[in-house]
Amino acid sequence: MPFYEAFRLAIQTIRAQKLKSVFSLLGVFVAVSSLIASCSISNGVNRYMTEKFAQTLYGVNTFQLRRRPMFTPNVPDSVWRAWARRPRIRFSDAEAISSGLTVPVITAWQSSDQVTVSYGNKEARDIELTAASERYFDIKNLNIALGRPFTGEENRSGAPVAVLGEAVAKRLFSDRTPLGKSVRIGGVPYRVIGVVEHQGSILGFPLDRFVVVPALSPAQNLVNPPGILDAFLVKAHSDVEMREAIAQAEGIMRGRRHLRPKQDNNFVLDTSEGVQRFWAGISAVLSTVIPGIVLVSLVIGGIVIMNIMLMAVAERTREIGLRKSLGARRRDVLRQFLAESTAIATVGAAFGILAGIGLTVLINKISPLPASISPMSVFGGAIMGAGVGIIFGVYPASRAARLDPITALRQE
Amino acid sequence: MSTVQQLFRTGDTPLPDVIILTHKLTREYDMGSELVRALRGVSVQIQKNEYVAVMGPSGSGKSTLMNLIGCLDTPTSGEYWLNGQKVSDLVDDELARIRNKEIGFVFQTFNLLPRADALHNVELPLIYAGLSARNRRERAAHALERVGLGDRMDHKPNELSGGQRQRVAIARALVNEPSILLADEPTGNLDSTTSNEIMNVFAELHGQGQTVVMVTHEQDIAAHAARVITLRDGVVATDQARAA
Repeated sequence: MPFYEAFRLAIQTIRAQKLKSVFSLLGVFVAVSSLIASCSISNGVNRYMTEKFAQTLYGVNTFQLRRRPMFTPNVPDSVWRAWARRPRIRFSDAEAISSGLTVPVITAWQSSDQVTVSYGNKEARDIELTAASERYFDIKNLNIALGRPFTGEENRSGAPVAVLGEAVAKRLFSDRTPLGKSVRIGGVPYRVIGVVEHQGSILGFPLDRFVVVPALSPAQNLVNPPGILDAFLVKAHSDVEMREAIAQAEGIMRGRRHLRPKQDNNFVLDTSEGVQRFWAGISAVLSTVIPGIVLVSLVIGGIVIMNIMLMAVAERTREIGLRKSLGARRRDVLRQFLAESTAIATVGAAFGILAGIGLTVLINKISPLPASISPMSVFGGAIMGAGVGIIFGVYPASRAARLDPITALRQE
Repeated sequence: MSTVQQLFRTGDTPLPDVIILTHKLTREYDMGSELVRALRGVSVQIQKNEYVAVMGPSGSGKSTLMNLIGCLDTPTSGEYWLNGQKVSDLVDDELARIRNKEIGFVFQTFNLLPRADALHNVELPLIYAGLSARNRRERAAHALERVGLGDRMDHKPNELSGGQRQRVAIARALVNEPSILLADEPTGNLDSTTSNEIMNVFAELHGQGQTVVMVTHEQDIAAHAARVITLRDGVVATDQARAA
């Protein structure tokens, strides 16, 4: 019996026993769909982390001079206390680096805190107020959708002007234009001169709930003590130039802090590498744990198929006896049952792939997790599905093939 | 009908017209504590186009002989020649091939696949013969027409009467043009009217040149055959030709 006959027969049997087939392919279905969904999430988050997250938080080819790293997972209390004892970054530090760097860069000051912004009787709470210098928009890649950013002149003079995040503009002004209107921040009126285009969200955190004002405007007192910065942002043209700039900035800062050669830095020159390294660690764990879970569920799926096939062999003993009496050889019977288990597993895997893709789309729609289908997982799912059918089908099929036709025919 | 029996010795080859030749065939079953000797040396010869009934009480060895003749089992000792080929020392898969090409089984319980229609049931042996789908359908349809079921091809077994089911089974047995039609109690599950109908089909096939071997315990069914071999205690008790 040729293979395609065996598969035709298998499909007929599966269609004739729909309910039983559905149960037997459930295991593989669950395994493959969860494989694809989890790989999609891990793949999506991975891309998100390396492409968007790091860039949004830090900017491309950008480093930040800070008292402590911005992204600090799993840090013990002792380290936190040591960070808190460090001197803060001063305006003068930023100015010294700006004039000391020989690499062409653009720089910005940045200090932030949560405030309430109001317009008339409307209030927007928990808004991130950032007091920054004018190049902040370039470094953070914030495009202005409406109006304009503030200028260097406005920054230096501390003009009370504000650029709103999209969510703040919507909250306070609904559909009317905020340009030229006056919002109050810490009791001081600020004239709205621009609105930043929609930024979306990052892992569920909205990115549009902010206001940017000039670093030297009155609001600087809301975010930091006088003369103090949260971060000094430096953006170079390339990765190589950024590294050169970091080396120069480190030298300048160590000199300013009077550190001896053996003393550690009491400041950080923070880049997106930290986040990426942290994520790479999580990603490595995920990429070993997920296949492990999938393997377990695949084995369970395989055992389900094996059991159902053993039942099928027992139920169809007479049919096997008949087929043998009509000239079926061992390999014909073997093929018939192997084809059946493989077809069940492959159909399960196919539905699993569809469900996995559906799940990925759904996750993208309704959850903050970014998911993107990894082609390898679809391919792997298909191969594993068929593989499970073959591996776990061998034992039942060989039992069927070895049946003695006389005994098999006599069975009631 | 007179049957000329060849004087056969070990090492000989049967004459060309001898379809079935068994020589001192024995079959023993090791049942653990005791050795059951189901056949104790059966030597029979059946010529082309004979119609033979094998009779005997239960335990006489007729089922064992039937299994051996049908190549479902192998003898403990002795020779079995089928259509000029010594099949007594063939192995499993070779026997499957012989069953496919040389033997057409008709069972007491019909043994049709319940989910397949008549045409597909008749096609089964041809699948294992490796025929193309179109070829199979043509030959299966032809076989069904031979047994008078040309208009029932797409019926499932449960949509057919007992007699019709047995005729589907006969069509299936004939579809590979086997050397022998081997029937095991073919009327055991049928009423007497339907039994006669099936016996008429057998007679007709015999008339067309088909060799028929039928195992039965019913005297009036055996009476349809031209020759009756009776087994008792694992040996041939009587072997007589009847007046047609």
